[in-house]
Amino acid sequence: MSDHIVWIVLFPLLGSVVCALSGAISKKICYPTSILSMVLSVWASVQTLLQAIESPVHEISYILGGWSLDLFPRGVGIEFRADLLGALITLVVTGVGLIVALYSKVPVQRETPGKEPMYYALFLLQIAGLAGIALTGDAFNLYVLIEVAALTGYGLIALGTNRAAAATFNYIILGTIGASLYLLGVGYLYLKTGTLNMVGIQEAIEAQALHNSPAVQVAFVLVLIGILIKMAFFPLHAWLPNAYCHAPTTTSCLLAPLVTKVMIYVLIRMVLSVFGVEFSFESNLWTEIMPWLVVVAIVCAAVMALAQREIKKMLAYLIVAEVGYMVGGVWIYNYYGLIGSIFHIISDACMTLCLFLGAGIILEKCRTTHFDGLRGLFAKMPLTMIGFFVGGFSIIGLPPTCGFFSKWYLITGGMVSERWEYMVTLMFSTMVMVVLFFRLIERIHLAVDESGKNLGKGHGDLGLSSEQTRFDEAPLSMLIPLLIAASIVLIVGVYNQEVVDQIEVFLRAYDLPTGVTYK
Amino acid sequence: MNTPVIVDDIRPLIALLVPWVGMVGIIWAGEKRPNLRELFTFIAASVQAAVVLSLVPVILGGAIIEFHIWQIFSYVPMLLRVDGPGLLFACVASVLWIATTLYSVGYMRGLHEHAQTRFYSFFALSLSATMGVAFSANLLTIYFFYEMLSVSTFPLVTHMQDKEARTGGRTYLGYLLFTSLCLLLPALSWCYVWLDGGHLTMDFIEDVGKVGHFGETTQIVLLFLFTFGFAKAGLMPAHSWLPGAMVAPTPVSALLHAVAVVKVGVFCVYRVYADVFGADVLANMGGEEWTMVVASATILISSLIALSQDNLKRRLAFSTIGQLGYVVLGAAIATDRGQGGAVLHIAMHACGKITLFFCAGAIFVATGKKYVSELRGLGRKMPLTMGAFMIGSLSVIGLPPLGGFVSKWYLALGALDRDAMWVVVVLLISSLLNVFYLLPVAVTAFFRSSETEKDPSFNEAPWPCVVPLLLTAIGCFFLFFWSDVLLQMIGLQP
Repeated sequence: MSDHIVWIVLFPLLGSVVCALSGAISKKICYPTSILSMVLSVWASVQTLLQAIESPVHEISYILGGWSLDLFPRGVGIEFRADLLGALITLVVTGVGLIVALYSKVPVQRETPGKEPMYYALFLLQIAGLAGIALTGDAFNLYVLIEVAALTGYGLIALGTNRAAAATFNYIILGTIGASLYLLGVGYLYLKTGTLNMVGIQEAIEAQALHNSPAVQVAFVLVLIGILIKMAFFPLHAWLPNAYCHAPTTTSCLLAPLVTKVMIYVLIRMVLSVFGVEFSFESNLWTEIMPWLVVVAIVCAAVMALAQREIKKMLAYLIVAEVGYMVGGVWIYNYYGLIGSIFHIISDACMTLCLFLGAGIILEKCRTTHFDGLRGLFAKMPLTMIGFFVGGFSIIGLPPTCGFFSKWYLITGGMVSERWEYMVTLMFSTMVMVVLFFRLIERIHLAVDESGKNLGKGHGDLGLSSEQTRFDEAPLSMLIPLLIAASIVLIVGVYNQEVVDQIEVFLRAYDLPTGVTYK
Repeated sequence: MNTPVIVDDIRPLIALLVPWVGMVGIIWAGEKRPNLRELFTFIAASVQAAVVLSLVPVILGGAIIEFHIWQIFSYVPMLLRVDGPGLLFACVASVLWIATTLYSVGYMRGLHEHAQTRFYSFFALSLSATMGVAFSANLLTIYFFYEMLSVSTFPLVTHMQDKEARTGGRTYLGYLLFTSLCLLLPALSWCYVWLDGGHLTMDFIEDVGKVGHFGETTQIVLLFLFTFGFAKAGLMPAHSWLPGAMVAPTPVSALLHAVAVVKVGVFCVYRVYADVFGADVLANMGGEEWTMVVASATILISSLIALSQDNLKRRLAFSTIGQLGYVVLGAAIATDRGQGGAVLHIAMHACGKITLFFCAGAIFVATGKKYVSELRGLGRKMPLTMGAFMIGSLSVIGLPPLGGFVSKWYLALGALDRDAMWVVVVLLISSLLNVFYLLPVAVTAFFRSSETEKDPSFNEAPWPCVVPLLLTAIGCFFLFFWSDVLLQMIGLQP
């Protein structure tokens, strides 16, 4: 029964092998293979999530290779462990993977003709890596999976436009630095605790009272900075915008919603489960510094997003701002902030997916995502635009999209901790998002160019040929995934309580301040 | 006061969903079948009005209708509730939607407007949101529909799709979203987090006055955030979006900016004053007088500005801002009769002002004239329209036997209940100003002959434009004679 958890990772892994090998014979097999393995993987993650909800301890554990957990300190070996948080994130990863796999047919054929086997092999391996990150219970194994995800990511991005190579090189350098710092930190932890198992490390820190050990504190800093680089936390974000902007469409659709979000998951995992709440928040200076860094990060990223005139670039900076939201939610250090952060991982994955799928369709149909080429798209591709702007409204935080609810919890968190600077920043960035998306609506909807000159002959004439405004939707294989993603944004919003309930069950195990005394 | 019977009924939800169904029909019919498309709008409007009116007997019988849609948070439901003030507002909005639909047909076709499918679709959506606000049972539900209304009216405001529309649209959304996201949302979150250990529903019946548990400063800050957070209420200085939004076609200005959008704003403010703070807390808070002062200032300043406007629609827009001030003022007086007067004024002013907007639009369709100074001699040319304009003006000014009189009367009574003589003085001065800026329009039209045309011939706008404005003008009389029913509906003794 409980080996579903392994299959989550194994299905894409096997799928990638099939793609790589049999792809040499027939390229047509790659697309169905990837969909099949993603469907199975989603099924396995749903099963795992259900098992985790039903299980009395709310987690599923699976020892790879059957080594014994009973030693102290725990030995060295791979354990997959899905608590509610891990299971939720895994479902997000595989779900996004499935939607992007469905979507990939047209853009992959167009952008990387003849390289489909390689592309799909990397694609599936990437998902295996990301899902593995969310599942593993071993700190070193986490490093390995981060590198699996990163290396395949480099490959996926480098297949893009001419400038993708330079962007990838940039990413490799920074990504490697981040991963190395993380590995170094794990090395320190291993020295002090004698184990690599996450639960084991936590037990050892508690049992041996290592809170004041300089080695553990150094390990904390190294791990933290490593993760911050990997999640593109401003000012360590330099690799992200170009990498996502010049990558092939499918790649940016897969990486943008997942990579940074999964790294936030790692951050929460490290802070809560490995180092422990007390160590992470109460016994060092980070608690004071981080919220201010977050403020700087959100403001800068939002302003840079404002300066962009291209949808994909703008979205890339939005991701950097959203990363700031989530890190802030963790470091305002209370129950609501963490609910907000975790829920925002899920909702941000959904809405970023929605936006990138939409941007991909625009790129496919208009051959540009520059603001100047968008006029009249509401008439040309109404359904795509609806899908895209559902994502946009969710980023703004308009109800009932899921973005409203995560923002609600984050604001509540800021209020409970009386972190006014964080709240004001959230408000500021919300207004920036309003400007960003309604400016886009203006550019598409109005017959006015950026400088305010009227185009066309008035009365809704956009100054375009009838060819350009004729109804001409994207191919169904691209449109349907977008609409699915848009409806997920709405469904997760409407049924946010079901998700938040599970997050609350997970968080209750930790001793977090709620700030409010329940009557 | 005995607790009312609570009836579980799906009709409020139906009233909410009818416009959505109508929208599907409208889009399906599209530009190719305009008659069918307008038929769908009519059906949607009529069904909605019928559903809403069918709720009236239940409410008059002393019951309250509730419908639970879904749980937003584990402790906050998305709950619809029909009570007197909400139903009165819903009735006004949905009945006037029928009139506006007829009027839009005349106006949009008369001017050969583009994108009418989009126009009718988003019109329907805004009406759905308006019903939602009228029937909301707690603060979060009302916030949801409030935001939905902001977004769904944006395509209507920017209908002309030119530079002017862009400016108007930017002002519109800038004001509305800034206030709702940056003032309202923190205020909401504040209430939910800090009251009752974070498990408050902010229900309009169960949790009235809980805000009183806060310290005095917090209460005043919250009052400030709520009052200006609902910027649709047009209180100065958050009013500039309204004249800006007048770039929209006249049916939009008429229904949305005299009835639905602005009235949603003041209705929300009324809810906050009456059903979140509650009259008791509000009256004894200390330091809440500024709301009355701001409202009074808005009334007087906007009336003075209206005096100097030559563009008819802009003049009416500033008049609207002033009249909205009455509603806020009435709610802020925090006496039964004052708040009742505020709710009544929503209905009375809606009927009068929509007549005026209809007339302005009809004049534009028939003659292309936009400015008051151009209207000389128009009384002979368009006697029906200008007659209706006269009636509308008198109703807004507040003369019997027209609806506007009743609400002003109750506002004044409410002010006297609180011994606020100065409020009565404000009301009187403002009525005088109303006379100054509204009557000259009709007077110019009737009594000053045109310089260019010596003998103007009869030349009304197309009949779909004229009939609705006559109906709403007659409605102003009916509202006066039926005011006892309305009073009974909102629980005041006639």
